Amino acid sequence: MAIPSYATRGERIWHYVFLGLCALIFLFLVGPLLVIIPLSFNAEPYFTFSEAMLSLDPAGYSLRWYQDFFTSSEWLNSIKNSFIVGISSTLLATVLGTVAALGLSSRHMPARGLIMALLISPMIVPLIISAAAMFFFFSKIQLAQTYLGVILAHTALGIPFVVITVTATLSSFDTTLIRAAHSLGANPTRTFFKVVLPLVTPGVVSGALFAFITSFDEVVVVLFIAGPEQRTMPIQMWSGIREQISPTILAVATMLVLLSMLLLATLELLRRRNERLRGMSPS
Amino acid sequence: MSDSPSAPLTTADGVPLKVSLRRASRRMKLKALLLVSPLLAFLIIAFVMPIFDMLWRSVDNPEVSNALPRTVAALEHWDGASLPDEPVYAALAQDLKTGQEARNLGLVSSRLNYEKSGMRSAMMGTARRLSRIEPPYKAALIDANDAWGELDTWQLIERESSPYTLSYYLAAVDLQYTPAGEIVEVPDYLQIHLALFWRTFWMSGLITLLTLVLGYPIAFLLANLPARRANLLMILVLLPFWTSLLVRTTTWIAILQSQGVLNDMMVALGVVADEARWQMIHNKTGTIIAMTHILLPFMILPLYSVMKTIPPSYMRAARSLGGKPFLSFRRVYFPLTIPGIAAGGILVFILSIGYYITPALVGGQSGRFITNYIAYHMQTSLNWGLAAAIASILLAVVIVFYMVFNRLIGVDKVKLG
Repeated sequence: MAIPSYATRGERIWHYVFLGLCALIFLFLVGPLLVIIPLSFNAEPYFTFSEAMLSLDPAGYSLRWYQDFFTSSEWLNSIKNSFIVGISSTLLATVLGTVAALGLSSRHMPARGLIMALLISPMIVPLIISAAAMFFFFSKIQLAQTYLGVILAHTALGIPFVVITVTATLSSFDTTLIRAAHSLGANPTRTFFKVVLPLVTPGVVSGALFAFITSFDEVVVVLFIAGPEQRTMPIQMWSGIREQISPTILAVATMLVLLSMLLLATLELLRRRNERLRGMSPS
Repeated sequence: MSDSPSAPLTTADGVPLKVSLRRASRRMKLKALLLVSPLLAFLIIAFVMPIFDMLWRSVDNPEVSNALPRTVAALEHWDGASLPDEPVYAALAQDLKTGQEARNLGLVSSRLNYEKSGMRSAMMGTARRLSRIEPPYKAALIDANDAWGELDTWQLIERESSPYTLSYYLAAVDLQYTPAGEIVEVPDYLQIHLALFWRTFWMSGLITLLTLVLGYPIAFLLANLPARRANLLMILVLLPFWTSLLVRTTTWIAILQSQGVLNDMMVALGVVADEARWQMIHNKTGTIIAMTHILLPFMILPLYSVMKTIPPSYMRAARSLGGKPFLSFRRVYFPLTIPGIAAGGILVFILSIGYYITPALVGGQSGRFITNYIAYHMQTSLNWGLAAAIASILLAVVIVFYMVFNRLIGVDKVKLG
């Protein structure tokens, strides 16, 4: 965003004021996430910087909250639960969502708008409403307080993300490629695995990532329908924040920030690969 | 060509072309439906049916007719103007006896207690003394508990003997039935729900406005920078977007609490006295700051995708036609971004009114949303019908906004990251 050569002095000043404002807003966006990283190495059991930390005294820093995390059976168990629920519901949502997206992108799909609205609805309905509704219903059919119940609930919540990303990828899919494959003698199955799937994979993978992170970060529904055995990591954090504010939560938060950085990098790589495959220059 | 020009076109095996085409397209339609059907079936069972079950629960009213069937039957011939006669009291004594034996009086007594306080102890107390109650029942029951001598009690039982009720919805908007069955406002000190609905709406509106004010410059900057630098800065928007909601809420607790980072900084700088630290959390301020931060990316992303489509030459043209910078922006650029503002605004507003976690953790008493009351009635007061009614009203509001959103933008055009 260069300043045009004809800009007046006032416009130049405004330009720098504008950039300064943007810098402040970026600080508001990312600053909080960066503040907790050093705080998680606090040697004291507080949520704030101690004198020793500010004077960079090594004694002010410690790994005790990380140690606390990795030696606590409650935390480790909750991570295990989060992965069990997250992976199962992601697999289920990805398979169901991808197959449905293939149907939805067909030109012959009847009532497309209505069906799409229905498939997206778990993303729109407030979580507390989904949670209350699932609690009533799942209690009736003996699914409350079971792993299966939590997995099915998270599958429903993850589905919109898979459907949206895969249909978006399919909408820019060049269908002449299928005809070309047929004309070269490939049968439909071979065409699907050799032509369609490789081109759609980035969409499927990013949809699956969205579904996984949705499940991995979901509190409200688990809060209502899970029993003590299905405590996931967000529930552990939730009760940690509400009951005893121990900086172990900050250690967990730091690890989760690093995880989201990793995830973001993966998505960026997928996006670039996708653009390369389509013959666009990466921007 | 031996066919006359009027004969219908046919395929090689003699089927008319139209029929063949219709068949083919029906086959394709069926195939598409078949691909979607597993997911549809799954969602209907795991999501749609629970929602309908909840809607049903908000009007469902089985307690009185289940637990007091004889009383309900006996009340059918009652004129409703004076205390019922002996047969009704006898029926009630019978019902209480059966209920006491089957231990199912708890549900109905709590149900009636929602409508008239004291009903729970009246029913349970009378049931306990049942062995000492002998005919004539009317005098004996009134003697056991005054509630049976009040006309209100009988009007209430008669009204709630219907299998459906509107009373949960009335309670959800701070209304109630009078004993005679008219609808009036509940007393002032009991009016909480409407105030919470309004608070949820105006705070969500304020949060939406704040995200717009903060998001607009960022989206503008990202849309007008060269792609390489824009992508780099975009990471700063996407990182919080991808970070766990609980992590973001936790960081705001660490920053805003009275012994937190921001207060410490202000005290160190001498802006605030140590004993007059700012109370920025567990109140409205906490909810507004944290939710603005959490929802800001949802405003920036749609704004950015709209601004990206506005050619920079428009602004240059406006300038070359003599428009001052502000005028050119206001008359040319800004109107073009209105679809983005609408998309981001509705999205943030919908998400905001449904938020539960953040207001619950940083909202305290004054920063609570209506969602927190749904949870309260689900988990603490156990008035599930009321929770379902409040949730249904909130759902209706969300659906209306969602339909507007869909009409304006289209769901399938939502971009994620």
